[in-house]
Amino acid sequence: MRPAHLIALLGLLALGLAPAAAQNETAERQGLVLSLSKARVTITSSFSGDSIVLFGVVPEDVVDAPDVVVSVRGPNQSFITWKKERRFGLWTNVESRSFLAAPSYLAVLSNRPPAEMADAETLRQEQAGFTNNRLLQRVGTDYADVVPGDPFRQAFLRVKQSQGLYFERTDAVEFIAPHVFRTVIPIPGTAPIGVYEVQVKLFAKGERVASGRLALEVAKIDFEQSVATAAQDHALLYGLATMLGALAVGFVANVVFRRD
Amino acid sequence: MTIYLPIAELPVNIFTLLALGIAVGFISGMFGVGGGFLMTPLLIFLGVAPAVAVASVSTHMAASSLSGTLNYLRRRLVDVQLGCVLLVGGLTGTLTGVITFMLLRRFGQLDLFIAISYIALLGTIGTLMVIESLRALLRNWRGEPARIRRPGAHPWFLRMPFKMRFRQSRIYVSIIPVLAIGFAIGFLGALMGIGGGFLLVPALIYLLRVPTLTSVATSLMLTLVTMAAAIVMHAVLNQTVDAVLGLVLMVGGTIGAQFGARAGQAMKAENLRLLLGLLVLGVGLRVAIDQIRQPADLYAVTLDEANR
Repeated sequence: MRPAHLIALLGLLALGLAPAAAQNETAERQGLVLSLSKARVTITSSFSGDSIVLFGVVPEDVVDAPDVVVSVRGPNQSFITWKKERRFGLWTNVESRSFLAAPSYLAVLSNRPPAEMADAETLRQEQAGFTNNRLLQRVGTDYADVVPGDPFRQAFLRVKQSQGLYFERTDAVEFIAPHVFRTVIPIPGTAPIGVYEVQVKLFAKGERVASGRLALEVAKIDFEQSVATAAQDHALLYGLATMLGALAVGFVANVVFRRD
Repeated sequence: MTIYLPIAELPVNIFTLLALGIAVGFISGMFGVGGGFLMTPLLIFLGVAPAVAVASVSTHMAASSLSGTLNYLRRRLVDVQLGCVLLVGGLTGTLTGVITFMLLRRFGQLDLFIAISYIALLGTIGTLMVIESLRALLRNWRGEPARIRRPGAHPWFLRMPFKMRFRQSRIYVSIIPVLAIGFAIGFLGALMGIGGGFLLVPALIYLLRVPTLTSVATSLMLTLVTMAAAIVMHAVLNQTVDAVLGLVLMVGGTIGAQFGARAGQAMKAENLRLLLGLLVLGVGLRVAIDQIRQPADLYAVTLDEANR
């Protein structure tokens, strides 16, 4: 940043004209240093999950060992949550809610339960904590998130957790030195493809004191990549090739096992 | 040893898949059924998305049905003429089924409709087959001669106009019921996501009076044609065909089908029918139990395909 700009910015700060900008600027200047053991998870034919280690160095002007909440969010997808009820003796889907933009993968890792770090309103605003992530729903004609106690919302989080795509670990962040923390991000074998956002927020005395974010990419490479691309870009050719392949396997098997 | 499936986007144990292919292949070779009504639910149970499971199973069914069809062709058991007439009705039925599928999905009760169709169809057909074959076995055991087919004793629907002689099947019947059966199989197949072999075999045996082995062989030929078409259609329309998943299932399936076909030929027709009846009834009961029993979690989450 050139000095002239800096002076202008300082002037604005002094006047209190740009509080939002000031907050961002201080967060950046506080310099929360983050590093991932791997910025790219590559999926090969033997892929069955991975663990990524995240290291963070707390800025100097922040107290020793503040509270840490790490949120990792996969690319957004649309989901429908169904509720079953017994109708005429059969369990059928009767009610549903559309979750229009929910992370396909979510891991919330912290050093202690986020509820103990700050008041509920702050945590909700910061989207810190497993139940505090924004899950946009379609409610009638409106688009909104609902109260945390909503049974559909709770069910959504519960089902995603049991599918092994959502994680909540309240003791996963550990300090290896007063200013250095470390955590392990679990990437399951079924992890969706795409760019994940790793968001780190530090809390002290009930307030956010620093934050930072990183991108983590989950991508198919080599054979997996070429099969997926072929299926998408050359659908007809891929289909015909698969069909001929299937017929070839059937024919070969028949010839090999022929007895007469 | 795990293998990552590029379209299904999940790792699975390769030996589990191979075993699954061999087991289902054995059954499909033995009874002349595609095996989709067994394989698809099993794959979904392994975590494969339903759309990918249905599409990839069609590659496995194409491979194992070709292998089986060649066996029966060599033994001159396939009634190609009957197969072609059935196919004409079948393709019309498939188209009607796909349109109905879309309409039902719009009303949001497709799952329930599929479950009820499974219970009703599998329950009825399974029960009928078990009763009939038990009767035949009982007759054999008592040493009574099998009932001889008398000419002119055909039910009314076989005596309708447009009669055609199917030499291989040794029947001389109106093509109207043949087309209707093909239509019904195609319609239900598209609607329920199954090849329809387990419906076609009993329909040919009991309604058209086609010999059991010819029914099995002709049904396999029909499965081959419809599944080959299904692979290309799924690949173009949905892009859900997982070639790696299909290949592993195929290799297991074709091996299983060889032994299945041999086991089927070595077995008495009544026993074969009894076993298939029990299998069909079993799957129907399983679906019924799933619908009647209270699920562990009353909520379920699915991908919203419309808002992707």
